Amino acid sequence: MGKSSSNKELRWLFNKDRAFKGFTALLALILLLLVIGIFFKLILSSRLSFGAFGFKFLTSSVWDPVKGIFGALPFIWGTFVSATLALCFALPLSIGIAIFLSELSPLWMRQPVSFIIDLLAAIPSVIYGFWGLFVLAPVMQIYIEPVLAKYLGFLPLFKGYPLGVGMLTGSIIVAIMIMPTISSISREVLATVPTHQKEAALAIGMTKWETIWKIMLPYGRSGIVAAVILGYGRALGETMAVTMVIGNTPQISLSLFDPAYTIASVIANEFSEATNELYLSSLVELGLVLFAITLIFNAFAIFLLWKMKKFEGVRT
Amino acid sequence: MNNLRYKRRKMIQKVMFFFSVASAFIGIAFLFLILGYVIYKGAGGINIDFFTKLPTPVGVPGGGMANALIGSFYLVGLASLFSIPVGILTGVYLSEFGRGLFASAVRFMAETLTGVPSIIIGIFAYSVVVISMGRFSAFAGAFALSILMLPIITKSTEEILRMVPESLREASLALGIPRWKTILKVVLSTAKSGIITGIMLAIARVGGEAAPLLFTAFGNSYMNWRPDQPIASLPVQLYVYAISPYEDWHTKAWAAALVLIGIVLMTNIMARIYAGSK
Repeated sequence: MGKSSSNKELRWLFNKDRAFKGFTALLALILLLLVIGIFFKLILSSRLSFGAFGFKFLTSSVWDPVKGIFGALPFIWGTFVSATLALCFALPLSIGIAIFLSELSPLWMRQPVSFIIDLLAAIPSVIYGFWGLFVLAPVMQIYIEPVLAKYLGFLPLFKGYPLGVGMLTGSIIVAIMIMPTISSISREVLATVPTHQKEAALAIGMTKWETIWKIMLPYGRSGIVAAVILGYGRALGETMAVTMVIGNTPQISLSLFDPAYTIASVIANEFSEATNELYLSSLVELGLVLFAITLIFNAFAIFLLWKMKKFEGVRT
Repeated sequence: MNNLRYKRRKMIQKVMFFFSVASAFIGIAFLFLILGYVIYKGAGGINIDFFTKLPTPVGVPGGGMANALIGSFYLVGLASLFSIPVGILTGVYLSEFGRGLFASAVRFMAETLTGVPSIIIGIFAYSVVVISMGRFSAFAGAFALSILMLPIITKSTEEILRMVPESLREASLALGIPRWKTILKVVLSTAKSGIITGIMLAIARVGGEAAPLLFTAFGNSYMNWRPDQPIASLPVQLYVYAISPYEDWHTKAWAAALVLIGIVLMTNIMARIYAGSK
């Protein structure tokens, strides 16, 4: 075989390499285009509503499909309040679980317990909602909300009639759902704390708890913040479970007993029933608002995690 | 004095440790509370009819959810046709060639897309597929599900491929095997079990999704095999039955919940055991 022919063969092989790389890059492009495509499609489809209401869409609290007036404020309120409340419930529990799994639990318990907690994240949202509607809501109505009303009823948060379905129940369900997200990332973050840091703290006479609280948690701060933001983003976009237990009433009320409504829920409930273009466009604009909010939170969390991983020298 | 302070610190530690153990207990308790209740309510509704019969109108006894069960498999299967090959090859790109701005952008988008609420993906599928086809369809539902699956498969594939030792690639390249063949025959086959685990987790995740199917696949009381027609799915049918006012439908919804939770958790557990055994 002459030299030129083997060269030709080599070149042919390398061309295939290049073609393969190009092909996979092309497929990777799909992901990139998808996110951009979703963004533009949502903007395009909400033009009608934006043209009709402008920025008043975000500040008006009237949602009247019959008259064709659409304002997003009650939904934005409901989304943020329910997610924030859920985070308040989930955060201490998740951190507690993370500490338990990384520091306290006997070795043999670690894997099964984290496995069980992870399974919580696998339960479909609609089943959380179903359980919430038939188990948690009645329990809240009969046992928990009356007690809260009796002892804390002087606060505006616990005024009103205990219905069972409402802001409080919705937030609790969401809290259970985001708990595994926050705890599993926090656990990984705590595992990155170097042993010498812990040992140094113990050696100067800190108790084990003080080591966790004053050394380990601050060390993993940015990772835990990222975990919290990711959990918050999930809470903001949670749909089926919330739709089933939050009561679906577009109102802004301080009372946690009152039913509320979130962006995701109103889309789930009304999208396939939207009878005219403006109605549909308003729902899409709500979707755009939710998309933008979750995108910002997610991007920030990812940025924090990447920075941390670079710092740790861990390859993602 | 010092002793007192020490006692106080010990006390705080005790309280906090108790709280930490309690939160783990609460987390575990919730799983068993939900699982237990679904089994308790659902087990009675499980029979042969549930898996083989179509739903009956309200008030007519009997009937099952065969259409929804098959519909769910149909939708996930259709979605997999696109998202599995594209997801794997995108993962290959990111792990084997992915340096520079473009790869970082793709990685970033994969991470973001995982966090986008699934109902938004539903709106997107509605405005792209449903509007252009003029009706709800199995294809639109599968389109939405495939968008949800894609970033999960991409991320897990990339992660697994990065764990394949560099020396394997070098050995193969040193034998004169071109890079593309090295990737397909050596790297991918070494990582096969990990990739399959990732795919199973992705399937378990989207198999339970109702939100993106509400206004794409919509629902259907009959069996449907055509991609251009609306199709039932277990999560959506469960939702519709659950919020209905009929006692009989609630019973069926609990059975559906048990079947759904069973499939999803089993897929999940199998994926993890499979990953652990390799």
